This record gives sequence, C-alpha cells and structure tokens, in this order.
Amino acid sequence: MNHSDLSYASAKKLSTMLKQGDVSALELTSHFLDRIRQLDGPLNSLITVSEEHAITAAKAADKALSDGTATPLTGIPLLHKDIFCTKGIKTTCASHMLDNFVPPYDATVVSRLNAAGTVTLGKTNMDEFAMGSSNETSFYGAVANPWDTDRVPGGSSGGSAAAIAAGFAPLSTGTDTGGSIRQPAALCGITGLKPTYGRVSRRGIIAFASSLDQAGPMTRSVEDAALMLNAMCGIDDGDSTSADIAVPDFTTLLEQDIAGLRIGLPKEYFSNDLDPQVSAQIHAALAELEKEGAKLVDIELPHTHQGIATYYVIAPAEASANLSRYDGVRFGHRCDDPKDLMDLYERSRSEGFGDEVQRRILVGTYALSAGFYDAYFKKAQQVRRIIANDFQRAFEQVDIIAGPAAPSVAFKKGEKAADPLAMYMEDVYTLSVNLAGLPGMSVPAGMIDGLPIGLQLIGRSFDEQTLLNAGHRFQQRTDWHLNTPTLAGAIS
Amino acid sequence: MKWEVVMGLEVHLQLATKSKIFSGAANRFGAEPNIQACAIDLGMPGMLPVLNEQALQYAVMFGLGVGAAIGKRSVFDRKNYFYPDSPKGYQVSQFFEPIVGEGLFDVPMSDGSLYPVRITRAHLEEDAGKSVHDAFADQTGIDLNRAGTPLLEIVTEPDFRTAEQAVAYLKALHSLVTYLGISDGNMAEGSMRCDINISLRPEGTDELGTRTEIKNVNSFRFVERAIEVEVERQQDILEDGGRIIQETRLYDADKNETRSMRSKEVANDYRYFPEPDLLPIVIDDDYIESIRELLPELPGPKRGRFVDQYGLGDYDAALLVSARPMADYFEATVAASNEAKLSANWILGDLSAAMNRDELSIEECPVAPELLAGLVKRVADNTLSSKLAKQVFEGLWQGEGSADDIIESRGLKQVSDSGALEAMVDEVIANNPAQVEQYRAADDGKRKKLSGFFVGQIMKASKGQANPQMLNELLSRKLDS
Repeated sequence: MNHSDLSYASAKKLSTMLKQGDVSALELTSHFLDRIRQLDGPLNSLITVSEEHAITAAKAADKALSDGTATPLTGIPLLHKDIFCTKGIKTTCASHMLDNFVPPYDATVVSRLNAAGTVTLGKTNMDEFAMGSSNETSFYGAVANPWDTDRVPGGSSGGSAAAIAAGFAPLSTGTDTGGSIRQPAALCGITGLKPTYGRVSRRGIIAFASSLDQAGPMTRSVEDAALMLNAMCGIDDGDSTSADIAVPDFTTLLEQDIAGLRIGLPKEYFSNDLDPQVSAQIHAALAELEKEGAKLVDIELPHTHQGIATYYVIAPAEASANLSRYDGVRFGHRCDDPKDLMDLYERSRSEGFGDEVQRRILVGTYALSAGFYDAYFKKAQQVRRIIANDFQRAFEQVDIIAGPAAPSVAFKKGEKAADPLAMYMEDVYTLSVNLAGLPGMSVPAGMIDGLPIGLQLIGRSFDEQTLLNAGHRFQQRTDWHLNTPTLAGAIS
Repeated sequence: MKWEVVMGLEVHLQLATKSKIFSGAANRFGAEPNIQACAIDLGMPGMLPVLNEQALQYAVMFGLGVGAAIGKRSVFDRKNYFYPDSPKGYQVSQFFEPIVGEGLFDVPMSDGSLYPVRITRAHLEEDAGKSVHDAFADQTGIDLNRAGTPLLEIVTEPDFRTAEQAVAYLKALHSLVTYLGISDGNMAEGSMRCDINISLRPEGTDELGTRTEIKNVNSFRFVERAIEVEVERQQDILEDGGRIIQETRLYDADKNETRSMRSKEVANDYRYFPEPDLLPIVIDDDYIESIRELLPELPGPKRGRFVDQYGLGDYDAALLVSARPMADYFEATVAASNEAKLSANWILGDLSAAMNRDELSIEECPVAPELLAGLVKRVADNTLSSKLAKQVFEGLWQGEGSADDIIESRGLKQVSDSGALEAMVDEVIANNPAQVEQYRAADDGKRKKLSGFFVGQIMKASKGQANPQMLNELLSRKLDS
C-alpha cells in the first residue's frame, strides 16, 4: 500500500480497507503517527500527540473489526481540537493557563467518537481559548498553512484544518463560535461543518461563548463529514442546550438529486469588501451547482455588517464570565508566591492569559457593566434577533444560502495580528450564522495563486442534511477537495 | 424624636433536594471537605449545569404556599464576582425573571392575631462553598461541599416594624417550609439564613431612611438581638445628627454588636446577564396544578380548621399547628379521646413542659398520642382529679403503661362512689363535733373557709382520691342541714 494513498484517503475508503483487512487499525495509527512526527515541525498543528492512547485504541479497534462489532468509524484515526476535554490527555485550549490541565473526563463528543471506535492521535493547536481567526494567539506558537507555511491556516480551529490538509488524519473535530471551523477549512482547502446550535453537545468543550459555541467535523470530504457528524450528534443530558430532535443518518441522502434546489445569494456577501478573485471563483462554483439543477436566487441579509459589532459584544461578554473560573485557586496556572488573594487573581490571570484573551475579557466586562448593559449587551441581543429574522425571511424564498466563507485567501502571518479590527473582519460572512444558530459548511471551491478558497453553504435550522447533500453533489462534480499541498520534508 | 423602624427580610433557604441544583452530587450537610463536590460544582472546564427538577418543584411549592404568582417563564442569570469559594467566578441565580413573584403571607402573632407580610419575590440560585479560615496557619482552606446546594432566596417588602414581627415571620416561614418538606429550616446548620435590611425614619413620615443590611444571622434569638442593637446604633447616630452609611454589617453574637463588613460586598457591580448554559424555565398551568396537588394542608388553613372544628382559641391553634408533627400529635390524641380542648391543654401544658425539661422534640416524645388520650379520657369522665392526673402523666412519661394501668398500679382512682364518700363524710362529722358547731354558727362567708378543714380531713382519709366535686356537694348538704 502506497503511504501517500493512506495519508489522503477518505475515512470512508479507510473504513472499507479496514473491513476488508487491507490494513489494520494499528498500521493506520502508526502510519499517521509517523507522518505527524516527520512533518508537523514546520506546521505546528498539534499540541499533544497521544501515542499511547492511540495504540491502545487501535488495538481495541482491530479487535472490534475481527469480532464483527465495528462501526463505520472503527479504527479511523482522528484528531481533537485541544478545546475538547480528553480524559487523561492534557487539554490546554492553547493557553498557558491550562498548560498543566489533564481532565478527569471526556467531552461528550469525545466519548461518542471513542464509542464509535475512532482512534485519537492527538490534540490540535488553536487560537488561545478559540479567540482568533489566524491561529496566531496560541501559547504554543502559530500554526502554518500547509499550502504556504508563511501564511496562516485561519482560526480558531487552525491546527485541525492544517492537520487535515497535511494528511495527518482523515478526521478532526473543531469548534465554531463565529467561523472557527469554516474559515480555517476554507483557508486550508478542507471541508468543515458547523452544525445547528444544539445539534452537538457542548459538555466537556471548554467554553468560549456559550450561546454561540458549536462543535463540528473537519474532514477531507462532505461524505466523511456526514459520517463523522452521525457519531457526534444527539441530545445529551449533560448539556441543557443540546436539542431533543431526531438525528437522521446524514449519509443516506447524500446522493439525492438537487434539481430545483433554491440557493440564495445574499448581495451583502458579494459586496466590494470581497476580493474579486474570490468572488469569481465562488461564482464559478455556483455555476457547477446550477449544472446540478439548482436555482440561484438573489436575496438580502440586510444586517450582515451589524453582525460583527453584535458578535463582538455578545461573545466577549459571555467569555468574560466563562473565563472567570481560571483564578488560580483550583486548577490551571497559579502565580508563584501570591501575597494575598488579589495578587493571586491578578498575577495568575495576567500570566495565564494572552493578549487577545485579556482584550476580550476587558471588552466583555465593560459591555456588561452597570450603565453600559442596556447600550451594549441588551442592544446586541436585540440585533441578534433581527439578524436571525433576516435569515428566517430569506429561508422563505430559498432552501440554502451560499457565499464565500472568508473575504480572501490565507493571509501572511503577522499581517493582521496588530490590527484586531482587520482580524475581526475575517469572520464577516460566518459569524451571523452563529448569531442565528444555523448550520453552515465550507467546502473547497477553487484555488487562487496556489491557495484554496471555500464556498460557504448555510442551511435552515437543523437541516444539515440539505447542506451535506448539496456539498456532496458539488464534490462529485469538482476535484477541489482532492487537492493536496506539497509539504516540506514529504517523501512524495 | 420618635423613630419608626422599617425592615425587610431576605431569607436564603437551602432546599432539601437529594442532589444539588445543577449537578448529581449529593446535597448533604456535614461531610468531609470537598468530597461532595463533582466536576460541575468545582467549575471544571467544559462542565455545564443541568437544572435539578426537584429544586424547581420545591420553589413552586413554596410559591403556592405563600399564595404567590408563579413565573410561567423564569430565567437564570449569572451574577459575576470573584471569591475563592465561588468556583466559577459567577453564581447562577435569577435576577431579571424569578420563579416566584408577589405573594402575601399571614404571620401569626403571640396575641393570636395575623400580621400580613408582602413577599416581593423568591428566586432559585446556587449556594457558594465555604472559606475555612481556621484550618491552616496563614492560609485559607476552601470547602466546596456546599457549592451548588439549591437555595431559594425569599425577599419581603419592608413590612416589619418590630423585632417581634420579624421573628414571628421567620418562625412562620420555618413552619411553612417544614410543612412543605422543602427544607429542614435548620438555622444553626445554615439551611435558613437571614439578611435584615433595616432603616429608621421619623414616626409619621413616609420616606425611607438609609438602610444597612445585616447579613447571615443564624438564629431567631440573634435576629431579635441584632435588630435591637442595630436600631439602637442607628438611632444614636441619627439623634447625634449623623448619617447612616448604606453598607453590609455583620452581627457579632459574642459582643452583641453589629459591625461593618469591609470586604467584597462593597459597591459590587455584579454584571448580571442571562445564563446561556441553561434554557429559560417554561411551565404551564397543568404543571402548577400538579404541584398544587402535592401540597399538604398548610399551617394557615390548618390553624383555621383547628379553631372551627375543635373550638380552640387562636393562640392555642397557632401553637399546635406551628410544627406539623405537633399538629399531627394533637389530631391523633383527639381521634383517640374525642376531647379536643382537654387534649390541647395537656399537649400545650404538661406534655410540652416535660418535653422542654428533657429537651425532647415531639417526634421523640415517649408518650404516644393514644396513651395521652387514655389520660385525657379519665380526666374527662372524672375518674381522675387534675391533681391525680398529673401523677398519672408522670407514670406515662416514665413508661409505666396506659393511664388505666397506672391508675390501677398506683392506686390513684378517684373515689366517686357516693355511698363510700357519704360514709367518710359522716365519720368526719361525727368525730369533729366542735368544728361542726363552729361551722354551723358561722355566716356564709366564714363557712366557706371553715369547710376546708373537713375537705382536708376527708382527702387525707381517702389518700387524695375523693372526687372533690362530689365531696363538696355532700359536705355542704350534710353540714348545712
């Protein structure tokens, strides 16, 4: 078996190979662990490689395969964003604050994927506490984009996106609070799905902004995303906001004809802010969907641009409270020799949190303060409802909405790091989707100067099915998702 | 100047649920530090709260118990502040939309009257842990066993004018919540903690003065004393032309004074906002009615029924219903004796006195209601004089068997046989001619006094068992003739 074939094979293909005995789970695991060891140096996409855990899980998977108790995901190597708590495996959220944190529990998503037989190879790098759009805020250093290591992979799930693009595993989890799955998926040329808020349990995922956070699959194909989503979803009595709604088998309707599917194109997503080359590629991609019989409809999402301000009030406000538990008292970083309680708090938090995290805590604290609550937080909640209403109105006319996932291709490291507002603009097309709680997906849809771009598809609440269907049909017609970068040090 | 005291109370009531308000950890008092706190209670990363439905049910029961409006929609909020015993850096509470709205609560006073207190609201929240300052030298220990214990915070309007009213309210509240079974109401263990908001104003004026808040007073007696000393303190300041500073104060029982709390509480901005990890609680009329069906007869209605059905006075009825086991004991005694007033007198009299003396609660009382009923019946049918009955009661208390057994074994039966009594009377008259002479010569006023001699003689002869009423009748008939 050619190793590069294994590296970029889909989970679906690997599953078949495992079932047929062409390869064992242990062989697969060893292959990907070797590849990570060999190639991740310049990419820095992983924080922790959990070799021992992986080998134990791989052996268990091989046993399940021989016992005939395997699921479609048994033995498939997988990476978890380092925001998912993994029992016995260090979980840092890419923060100095949690550099020493080993959770005594698995996130629900982790235990579900474990139960499905996946093999966790390690934990991926990310923006600190998922706050960032370039993966430059990690305590463990920036992640490089495999397509051009001078460029960022996007964020906050940048490590996951880079690792999938680099062929370190076929599957990774990500989380998306304002675009953190979709934007890095776009910038690294992979498939990333943010499910409807409530579709996937948040229990055991380190909280950034609780009303916006949602976990989803990051994969090389829509088909794999459907397969992985099957194992991730469902109500969880450990998360009150997880939805009590039936979970279909997302793989069954992938092939369905999309003739007559109405795709809405919001004029706000194709304005002058959008790089014209990206715009052209997105239109070309949409033309492929038209060839499948889909109908393109011009629509409006008039409050798209208010989304940024709204998001940057609500998310930091919730974060300011969510991050209060990191106080140096029970777990996480604690400063040396605190003089008194205030000193313990101030130094533990100042030393433990990076600049962007501190900036958002300050913004959020301010937005909730007496005298400012009505002007900021309450107003933002109202605008949030207006934005959700915009989508609802649009979905009276169309079945899905399409547009770019990011305003441009991957930018250079350092290019926007000093300008938070320019960085926040990265999420202009994605964060409204979080505010409205809707499912959104990015699929590779073109290349500009050797760098991938992503087509974003947005669906109705709890209608991931239609997104997956349209995305899969698109990938049946196009090869963008099969492109692979050339890695420094790679054999082939 | 005459001052009027204006007070409102906030009571933090720990709910006696099996597990904590947002986690499955056991909700019990007194375990080793930090063993009854799970990952949720510790605020571990990624852990999420899930509402314990029993806590909601208890809150609704309380709301129905004080006739309050139940919030069909209520919302949890985060109250943000840093303190080591607050694991998440925020407390999950209800600020904007509480589960229980306005209600009216009738508080029985010692004169038998009812004092209506307006309930402003009651909301669910989680308790914090405890800082332990005396376990380690120069360091503070944190015990998070209490973190996540369900609390119902019950807030009143500023309706109290006297310490007596405040204490009566707390006692009535204690009675209500133990009837409902939603809390043990144990103030010493912190199940019921009271904050007193207190201000003074010149009598006859309407405007409220600046208030202070006395936090966490933990017994009825301390509430009374804390109010007294704080009123005195404020009055002294105001009469000296000073101003009251709005602040939180602590009552020091040892020194019997209140003093300012310097710490965290001062002018905090709690930055309340809706808790995104919990959905709003939405309940409907069916749910509320299903909870209403669970309610036992409450102290107020029971008090009224005791007055109507048993012909008791308001005060006795209020005393009997104040604790449900006491009321149950009374009704069991009446059921077995058919003597309501007499039963009430015995329970509130000798039985209560004996329980106080031996420091027993009604649940620990060695005399079962059926046994006391046996005694009551013998008093009612004149088998026992009240004096003999006290001896029988002592026998009951010592566990000597039923009242009839004790009458038999101690030989305490009252002599009511008219033949036997008559023989005794005749004998005494025959043996004391001088006294008979003296009696017959006296006027009515003096005769009454002189008859005591004969009663004494006969009681002596009968070992105190002569039926006093019959004896009096016989004596006057024989002597006056």
